[in-house]
Amino acid sequence: MTEPTSSLTQHVRPLPAGAHVVRAAFLHGEPALALADGAVLIGEAGAQKRVAAHPDGAILLARSDGKRLLTGGDDGRVVTIEADGSLQEIADEKGRWIDALAMRGGAIAWAAGRRAHARDNAGAEKSFEAPTTVRGLCLLPKGYRLALAHYNGVSLWFPNAAAEPSALEWKGSHLDATASPDGRFLVTSMQENSLHGWRLADSRNMRMTGYPGKTRSLSWSHDGHWLATSGADACIVWPFRDKDGPMGKAPRECGVRAARVTQVAFHPRALVVAIGYADGLVLLCRLGDAAEILVRAPGEGAISALVWDASGARLAFGHETGAAGLLTLPA
Amino acid sequence: MLGLARPHPPGAKRLTAMTDAAPEKIPVTVLTGYLGAGKTTLLNRILSEPHGRKYAVIVNEFGEIGIDNELVVGADEEVFEMNNGCICCTVRGDLIRIIEGLMKRKGKFDAIIVETTGLADPAPVAQTFFVDEDVRAAARLDAVVTIADAKWLAQRLRDAPEAKNQIAFADVIVLNKTDLVTPAELREVEARIRAINPYATLHRAQKCDVAIADVLERRAFDLDRILDIEPAFLTVDDHDHHDHGHGHGHHHHHHGLKHYHDEDMQSISARLEGDVDPNKFMPWINQLTQEQGPNILRCKGIVAFKDDPKRFVFQGVHMMLDGEPQRDWKPEEKRESKVVFIGRDLDEDEIREGFLACAA
Repeated sequence: MTEPTSSLTQHVRPLPAGAHVVRAAFLHGEPALALADGAVLIGEAGAQKRVAAHPDGAILLARSDGKRLLTGGDDGRVVTIEADGSLQEIADEKGRWIDALAMRGGAIAWAAGRRAHARDNAGAEKSFEAPTTVRGLCLLPKGYRLALAHYNGVSLWFPNAAAEPSALEWKGSHLDATASPDGRFLVTSMQENSLHGWRLADSRNMRMTGYPGKTRSLSWSHDGHWLATSGADACIVWPFRDKDGPMGKAPRECGVRAARVTQVAFHPRALVVAIGYADGLVLLCRLGDAAEILVRAPGEGAISALVWDASGARLAFGHETGAAGLLTLPA
Repeated sequence: MLGLARPHPPGAKRLTAMTDAAPEKIPVTVLTGYLGAGKTTLLNRILSEPHGRKYAVIVNEFGEIGIDNELVVGADEEVFEMNNGCICCTVRGDLIRIIEGLMKRKGKFDAIIVETTGLADPAPVAQTFFVDEDVRAAARLDAVVTIADAKWLAQRLRDAPEAKNQIAFADVIVLNKTDLVTPAELREVEARIRAINPYATLHRAQKCDVAIADVLERRAFDLDRILDIEPAFLTVDDHDHHDHGHGHGHHHHHHGLKHYHDEDMQSISARLEGDVDPNKFMPWINQLTQEQGPNILRCKGIVAFKDDPKRFVFQGVHMMLDGEPQRDWKPEEKRESKVVFIGRDLDEDEIREGFLACAA
């Protein structure tokens, strides 16, 4: 368990942040940081724009599609921010915390308490009341369909359908929801330090257990064959290639160290995963041979955000303590 | 950290404990009590007094708080059953989510107050603070404070088992609206409270005028603070008492009061002089809380282990146990062990005998 000897640390430039980085993103190539103090910072050091997305609040969570940033605050507001810093308020839930967000292909979804809302790319809005507070939202890759994670399972909702949403049931508190890029599997992270999943074709249950902590950062490989996960002292990568997905299979372990993995991000083109740890270290790990390269030495506080740009040439990351950095891979 | 591990021999490394010694953890006070008892009055007092502290308040209904306090969060009081290895318990998932969110505003508040609804069971709230590692890293449970209405408590206890749980669970009980009852009625309701919970500190109040320091910063869940476990005796300070010329030297000054036993809530205490064998005690307490966990609301203990210079202290909520070596026994201190259980449907004799069988 030695630290990686080859290093990219000299290719990292600091990104000014100043508050807990809730999410990092690239908006049409511009690095952006969503901060716990309610602000969004766009651009690099010396040319940063500061957008007061939630002036009297904190950003609780954020999502991005590589073009815009979607933020949800404890002020009850849902906001989109463009690369030029322009801001649009999508919703105001009157002080109720935004608990979940999703965006895909122009559609946006958010949840406050038990109520989830979906707005399609034409702007038409529908809502649905889940059995308990919605903790995770996922817009499924095919069609206009949402998975809502809550207590004791997931509700699958077609906003434009008349039919009642269907339920995938499993006891416990389901937090985040994510779907495999081919739409075959849905995975949730649970309060009980495990992942749960369903094969959507037949609703077959699967469990991925053994984590010492909650796994709140999940990232699919570009080909959809792998799911990288946080929550252990290594990045646990589950295989999803064949028809049974991870069922009956052991995961890969990347970046085994004496520190908890907090953030993971698969490279958009290669089977390489960026891994951020609770001690502030960031490294890249190649899935095939587990080769590692250091990106950030430990010491600046837990990694709270990690994202690749669209081409995989740059990696932005942020710490809980308010530091952030931008790696540019050498050509 | 489920159950208690066997302690190492003296001189060896300390047990990993679930306790919160770190000073920077945010203290959390749970405020409970039947509707109308005075929780809102107390909350408003806490938020309006010029103590210089900023509170984040987690409530069930917006609009109850009279003062404009920006850090008021609405909770849904949704619980779920968590089955994490050998611990099965009910947890407030909404509190985990809210505390995670409040930590994004770290530095903007000094403490958290969680107000529960009138019929709430305090156990899931308390358990939540032990069951999630992120919550444990950020916050520490300070105390469960129950507000009781002196006029209506007796009736509440008859028709609502939740009211009894709230009394049994409390570290601090504020007996409010004492101006609405006679001194005799007051002593009666206090006796009823003591029958349910002999150990909580009890304060009389009108309009919840209890001192803030009596309800906040109690450190009731700090193992460090388990100095002694003695039932509090009734404080009788109306004028009838002073006429008698008694001294205050002993317990149970009843003045003809009925000494109540509650019909279903039990408080079982056992004492053992001399040393306890850890190899008997640890399996016993672990098994007892695993098997009887649902029936044991709270437990607490101080144990003198054979060949161990340190006092071992523990406390528990249902199946969750938290314990550690605390400090050395002082030379003048008698080495003895005491355990206390508050709960229902407990076999008193079996528990006492089980404990006494742990003697070294």
